[in-house]
Amino acid sequence: MSYHIVVCGGIVPDPLQTLEPAPGAAPSLKNEMMLPAVLDPWAAHALYESAHLAKKVPGSKVWLVSLGPKAKLQQVMMTVAQRAAFELVAVDGPSSGFTDSAAVAAVLAEAIAGIAGLDRSRLILAGGWESAARAAGTTMQVVGERLGITEQFQGVDELEVLRDGKLRIAERVEGGRHQISVCDGPPVLLGWATGNLGEPANNPQLGMQNMRTIMPALQKARSAAVGSGGLSFDSVSLPKQQRQTRIVKDVAADAIAREIVEWMAE
Amino acid sequence: MAIVLFLGHTEADGGLAKGALEALEAARGLGGELVVGLVGASVDAAAIGGCGAARFLAVTGAAFAVPRYASDAAAAEAIARAAGAEVIVAAQTSRWARALPGVAHRLGGAADSHVTSLSADGAAGRWYYRQRIEAVQRRSAKPWVVLLEGGCAPAYSGAPAAVSVESIEAPVSGLERTVVEGYRSAQTGEQTINPEAKVLFVAGAGWTKKQKDGQVRTGEAEELILGFVRKAKASLGSSKSLVDLSGEGHAVLPFLTHLHQVGQTGSTPRHAKGLATCCHGEEPHVVGWRFIQERRAVNLDGNCGWARGKADVLYVADAFEVMRKVNELLGAAAAGA
Repeated sequence: MSYHIVVCGGIVPDPLQTLEPAPGAAPSLKNEMMLPAVLDPWAAHALYESAHLAKKVPGSKVWLVSLGPKAKLQQVMMTVAQRAAFELVAVDGPSSGFTDSAAVAAVLAEAIAGIAGLDRSRLILAGGWESAARAAGTTMQVVGERLGITEQFQGVDELEVLRDGKLRIAERVEGGRHQISVCDGPPVLLGWATGNLGEPANNPQLGMQNMRTIMPALQKARSAAVGSGGLSFDSVSLPKQQRQTRIVKDVAADAIAREIVEWMAE
Repeated sequence: MAIVLFLGHTEADGGLAKGALEALEAARGLGGELVVGLVGASVDAAAIGGCGAARFLAVTGAAFAVPRYASDAAAAEAIARAAGAEVIVAAQTSRWARALPGVAHRLGGAADSHVTSLSADGAAGRWYYRQRIEAVQRRSAKPWVVLLEGGCAPAYSGAPAAVSVESIEAPVSGLERTVVEGYRSAQTGEQTINPEAKVLFVAGAGWTKKQKDGQVRTGEAEELILGFVRKAKASLGSSKSLVDLSGEGHAVLPFLTHLHQVGQTGSTPRHAKGLATCCHGEEPHVVGWRFIQERRAVNLDGNCGWARGKADVLYVADAFEVMRKVNELLGAAAAGA
């Protein structure tokens, strides 16, 4: 069976950027539009794993559904397009982590429902199990609910297609373990953790090929308003903790080791 | 008075894990009419019988023994509807984190996860942008599902009492398209992040770099790191850079997988103590340490930007030498015990 794989992936500020909340009634990041953005790290893993699966199973296709400011999406896609083969479904809207996840899910579900030719009986709906923005892990479940998908997995690190077409899935659970489940098959939702694939190398040829469909997709991206979902903020701030670090220099390893062992025993 | 539902899933023995008892205590602190809802193969509510709940509801049976979205969501939905709760408090476990956001949608409510504080006036604290920005927020949507992080509330410790448990029916038909086969530890068989461990040991990329003698000593690094983790029964974490090196197929420290990763795309563990070795870097590393109470670091750079102001003590020393001595001391202590 070939698959129709839809990956939901938002954009987030580059993790190496310093982030500060901006003053104002609605929370946002200072200079948010100026911050360089990347595809959300977990969503990126979902995309790479999905593209890898599509390559292995002939006839499969990958869509990337992304909600974000159109200009930022274009910037991010220039890089992402070189790493995996996909068709973009862009929705012009906020990418802020302070938006309500259920409202974002409603927008994503609507965009997915509108994909022409999408066969839901073959659907693997993928995304990151969390994002580096909201870091909640509450969006994909609602997208799945809205699309009627009850086989949902979160913290996925491994997907194996069995001979009989069933899917064996490894999900992260407590204690550094994986829960292993076997699902009858699609439709299924996979919230990926990091998976097992490294970040693919840039492939400019693939990028050129992808950009032929990405640019039109960006041009026709519809605007979407994201509701608040009854979410309000009392405060949004940077943590102020600063520790008085004691620097221990020019001390023998023996003495340091003793101090560490004593500290551990306290 | 608002009805507050504490939702717990039982462990193999029918009891509740520590995180669930913390969520129960947090639910009690909200001051509404408390209802307890339990899901599992079987439930033993007597252990929390003295918590003051007005009702104890349970969905039980073989179909609800294992964590699985479809059955967990059906069970939680049935209990929540029976309770008529406005607020639902549960522990941030992999099981509830998978199922409850979807349940909130079914109930017409909203869900917030990774909540670190919850007050009776309806304010919840949680972190955004991977523990870099802290927010206090509220929800007007009802029911409001709150997933509480472990270690953020005292655990309920009341005396056991016999209680009457109301059995709630949840649909099982068509919910078993997924079969849980079991569990698998990380392929290396080594401990990763164990919430019960007192100490988190974080290995940074420095372990894989050329040392004073100009040699890369990964074999020795492996022996020292794993030796410490085993002797100290510590959690083992690594920085993203180390994990990426492993993922790219380099023969670096092959026992470190993505499951060991702390920080941006890894976990943000909560341990009483943390010891970072050979870690350099700024915010992405610090993120993984946000909730470590006492932090010490060993590295060769006294000006290390991440350690200064973030660690309590920075030992400027060769981690190879220090950890060898630490392991010797721990070994001697174990032999003498």
